[in-house]
Amino acid sequence: MASILLVDDSASMREMVSFTLKGAGHNVSEAEDGVEALEFARKTAVDLVVTDVNMPNMDGITLTAELRKLDSYKFNPILILTTETGSVRKEQGKVAGATGWIEKPFDPDHLLGTINRVL
Amino acid sequence: MDSEINIDLSQFHDVFFEECSEGMEIMESGLLNLKEDSGAEVINTIFRAAHSIKGGGGTFGFSEISDFTHGMETILDEMRNAKLSVTPEVVELLLAALDCLRDMVQCSKDKQPIDKESVTELHQRLEDFINNSAAPAAPAVAEKSSPVSEVDELDAVAIWNISFYPNENMFYTGNDPFRLIRELQGLGDLKVTVNHERLPTFSNMDAQSCYLGWDMVLRGNVSRDQITEIFEWVEDDCELEITQHEEVIEAAIESRETRAIDELKVGRRRTDKIATSGQESASIRVGINKVDGLVNLVGELVITQSILSRLCNDLGMDKNEKLSECLDQLERNTRDLQEQTMGIRMLPIDFAFQRLPRIVHDLSLSLGKKVELRFSGETTELDKTVLEKIGDPLMHLVRNALDHGIEAPDVRVAAGKNEKGLISINAYHQGGNIIIEISDDGAGLNLEKILNKAREKSLIDKNEELSEAQISNLIFSPGFSTAVVVSDVSGRGVGMDVVRRNMTDLGGTVEVVSKPGKGSLFTIRLPLTVAILEGQMISVGDQVFIIPLLSIVESLQINANQIKAVANESELYPYRDEYISVIRLRELFNISADKKDESSPGLLVVIDIGGRRIGLYVDDVIGQQQVVIKSLEQNYQQVAGIAGATVLGDGAVALILDVLGLAQYSRL
Repeated sequence: MASILLVDDSASMREMVSFTLKGAGHNVSEAEDGVEALEFARKTAVDLVVTDVNMPNMDGITLTAELRKLDSYKFNPILILTTETGSVRKEQGKVAGATGWIEKPFDPDHLLGTINRVL
Repeated sequence: MDSEINIDLSQFHDVFFEECSEGMEIMESGLLNLKEDSGAEVINTIFRAAHSIKGGGGTFGFSEISDFTHGMETILDEMRNAKLSVTPEVVELLLAALDCLRDMVQCSKDKQPIDKESVTELHQRLEDFINNSAAPAAPAVAEKSSPVSEVDELDAVAIWNISFYPNENMFYTGNDPFRLIRELQGLGDLKVTVNHERLPTFSNMDAQSCYLGWDMVLRGNVSRDQITEIFEWVEDDCELEITQHEEVIEAAIESRETRAIDELKVGRRRTDKIATSGQESASIRVGINKVDGLVNLVGELVITQSILSRLCNDLGMDKNEKLSECLDQLERNTRDLQEQTMGIRMLPIDFAFQRLPRIVHDLSLSLGKKVELRFSGETTELDKTVLEKIGDPLMHLVRNALDHGIEAPDVRVAAGKNEKGLISINAYHQGGNIIIEISDDGAGLNLEKILNKAREKSLIDKNEELSEAQISNLIFSPGFSTAVVVSDVSGRGVGMDVVRRNMTDLGGTVEVVSKPGKGSLFTIRLPLTVAILEGQMISVGDQVFIIPLLSIVESLQINANQIKAVANESELYPYRDEYISVIRLRELFNISADKKDESSPGLLVVIDIGGRRIGLYVDDVIGQQQVVIKSLEQNYQQVAGIAGATVLGDGAVALILDVLGLAQYSRL
């Protein structure tokens, strides 16, 4: 049982991921974009952040970099959801301080397997 | 960790489809606004929408949608990286692809097979475009290899030597050697030796850096891929060596290593778990039937509250200060509650505008006209029910403006106008109403043609003299069509009369003013909500009726003998400079004349039905009141000339008049 912050602008993805994570007993908070997530993170620390990359207002890469500046998010796992198989995004994510990535599309089992690696 | 979870993904399909529709709207309006010099953010917005649809399609099992959108996304990506310039061709292609995507989504939603032919054709066009554009071809749809490891070896137990020396900054990416080692442990029998050679003296040590390294021996039925997958995220941040060897190394490593892991666990910086407060997303989706139920209940509450107030006055209880204070409070709260509840149903009007740019785009191409569509007041809010019903009429008015209003470019230039026509739509609130103006700078209405047509179709008498405004508004008469040849554009079986009927059904009006050579202005006036009506109460005999305030021009006291009967049995009254038809409600509704003496003065309520005026002869005008509309159709049956009913403060039921219906019913 971990507390997880889920950031995705797509409501269907949020619902699916959140449903899966809650089903596995985790406590999930949701945000629609980087700005909302950062605002939440300033007030609350979580065990894991799972974020989409392409979002309005603030993308996932920028969010990762911003989160790393916060004391309570310096070492927390941050996973990036990406459809881009190319290494460019992953590299940008790593530079910003992301722990790892989950490639879309993924199924619930794969998702849980991956997040268990960092919890 | 390996618990299999069975989750039925179809439960997310509705949300996904809804999101697709929103995404496609965004893409469409973005594409229509896309110019060479539009900023990166416009392309980015379109890209994000495509990207989301692709991602969701893949996740929720709609691979066709996902594959197709990938092609669009690739082009958009090239555009946002400025590798591809924005040309009308590519925009057209993307719009065509978007139409195809819309069909695919609809088919998937309806669980119908997708029209493979058109999909393949467009997919091919997208591919061709990508391959032919100057930029290097984008990679084809990436197939993700299944995360299941290949069992490339037999059941043979392999022994792996793994040396893992993380860089000092490893912790800053949230990666943790402890977890990686734990994962390795899950694969088989693991022996770990910690190497602390790199550990500096205490005074030089940075508590947030990683100085340790590990040498490990993993024994088990494990493939190389399984091991590299564990180190996938850190391979660039460490020195990693994975070698396989056949010799069995026994007992060289002591059990101390497991303790190393435990020590690590303790020393590991761990954020305190703070229960996440319930900050969920800022909005929730609720079924419209729930909101409607709420609105209905609030309506009932408003009625009960006003009955209560009246009762209190009737019984003289208003002298009880406490009670009347309470009732005042109740009234305020009820009103606020009502306002808030109605607010839930309020949406910005641009939802109704969304389809228009595309229609103008397509239509102006096919008509060979140039036109700019301009909006203002898009954020003006109105009731969702009203919003849904004005989409088609708006579309019709815009089509009409483009088809009949705006002239061909050469005609415009010859008339000294800009070759590009302008259609503007403006929305704003006025009192309890919303006003929508659709104006064009085209040729204006041809009054002579309209008049001839109306005479030809016997919509008016041969010798009837009409004002300009009256002539203009003839276009709203049933069975009227101005185009000499009904083009397939405006004449889709929907005439201006349907536009008017729609507006009247919503308790609103539509009218037009026009200047030859300058253009036309259509004005739609609608109540903000269909659930509540600003009504004028009138009485006929012992009955009370409600007339929508919006349609009343004025009420005047007249003598019944001023009403002149004319040959064809209709009655006229000289109202200002014209004669207006009069409907006697008493006779129309068969109300017995017990109280009222025919010769005593009555009241004529002059109402406007789209530029034409008629008078309703009533006994008395009582007062104005907000009434909650109850559907007669749902509770009884449809009645000609009656729009609905409401419950008055004293508990009596009053009928709400449908003014246009009344006029039609009385053949005026």
